[in-house]
Amino acid sequence: MRNLIAIPVIILAVQLQSSIVSRVPLLSGTADLPLVILAAWALQDGVDTSWHWALAAGLLVGFVSAIPIFVPIVSYLFVVVLAQLLQRRVWQTPLLAMFVVCLIGSIFLYALSLAALQLVGVPVALGDALGLFALPGTLLNLLLAIPAFAIMRDLARWVYPLPEFE
Amino acid sequence: MRNLLPRTLQTTIVFLVVGGALALALGGYFGPVSNAVSQSLVSVQAWFSSRFVAVQEMLTAPRDVATLRERNAELEAEVAELQAQVIQLQQQVGETEILAALVDFSRANPENTYLAAAVIGKDPSPFLHYVIINRGSNDGIQRGMPVVTNQGLVGRIDAVIADAARVQLITDPASSVNVLLQNAETDGSLVGSVTGDLALEFILQDVAIEAGDLVVTSGLGGGYPPDLIVGQVVNIRTRESDLFQQATVQPVVDFDRLQIVLVIVNFTPVDISPLVPAP
Repeated sequence: MRNLIAIPVIILAVQLQSSIVSRVPLLSGTADLPLVILAAWALQDGVDTSWHWALAAGLLVGFVSAIPIFVPIVSYLFVVVLAQLLQRRVWQTPLLAMFVVCLIGSIFLYALSLAALQLVGVPVALGDALGLFALPGTLLNLLLAIPAFAIMRDLARWVYPLPEFE
Repeated sequence: MRNLLPRTLQTTIVFLVVGGALALALGGYFGPVSNAVSQSLVSVQAWFSSRFVAVQEMLTAPRDVATLRERNAELEAEVAELQAQVIQLQQQVGETEILAALVDFSRANPENTYLAAAVIGKDPSPFLHYVIINRGSNDGIQRGMPVVTNQGLVGRIDAVIADAARVQLITDPASSVNVLLQNAETDGSLVGSVTGDLALEFILQDVAIEAGDLVVTSGLGGGYPPDLIVGQVVNIRTRESDLFQQATVQPVVDFDRLQIVLVIVNFTPVDISPLVPAP
């Protein structure tokens, strides 16, 4: 039943992404709120439902966006894998892990998006894509990382309360 | 009796003297003296009065401050509420102006049937130029229907669900619109890009085009109805080695401020792909 919390959170994140975050660009790049939320959720202690979250977010973003559906699904699953790998290695500094996951996850998402667009025949200039979209978007994701991590930590503690030791 | 008469006489004399003095004073005969006396009395009266007011203020001040603070809070709350109302009304005025312009546009183009829709979102991917509108198949929206504003062409419906639809803007890198250069009377193809710039392609080298030329839809290909305004030519790139000229087009629609759009619901796009020979 605890997995069900993913549905309203992911729907809210995608709605916020489409209605607000996408309309606040830096140059031409925008933050990816579902990616940041997923990274923050996957890095929380005791969370074992990140896979479901990634799949739900990927399907929903793929449904809303005109980008090929495998792009968000693969990217978000990659973010979860990366977060879980880092969580085991740098568990003492979760915020650092959050930044690393957001940075690498954003780069992976933009690279996959560009590759997919080239694949379906949409011409994209690589210089423009990097300078106007990928770098500003990654910076915005990093800016969102801290508040997103704090919010998701509170949510994780509410959904997965820590055991009390006597 | 002997004592009584002189006393009465004395009293009468005193009253007469005082009365006479008062009459003389009221008549102005004691001017300097009465002025000095009255000024002294007024000064004393003023001193007492000012001290009394000071003491009264000191005693009642705390109550007044509390009342003022309370009143101030009430007024601040009222100001905040009024400011919110002003913002709301400004938004309504803005929407009304847009709707009025759209109504004028639809009246000026009675050959088409329009359905107004609000833009409620953008594509989550920054590389793509799509918007989401709040009308869907329940309202008769179908894939391929053109979308316009009173300014000109916006794009066309790309995907539809029951109560929403996704619109591909003409600035999208995958968008291609067959257009006509009105002054040169020649056809071309207008393509978008990831940066949102519009490029006019396939203009023959011998065609004379100038900055400022109006670009409208040609209707070729059946994707859009003809004569919808798209934009203006901004600059031209001509190289002798190329087969075609290229031009940059400034769209007439401000895509960053799209709020309300019109869907042309009586236009059925023609799919000519089966007629196009395979390469």
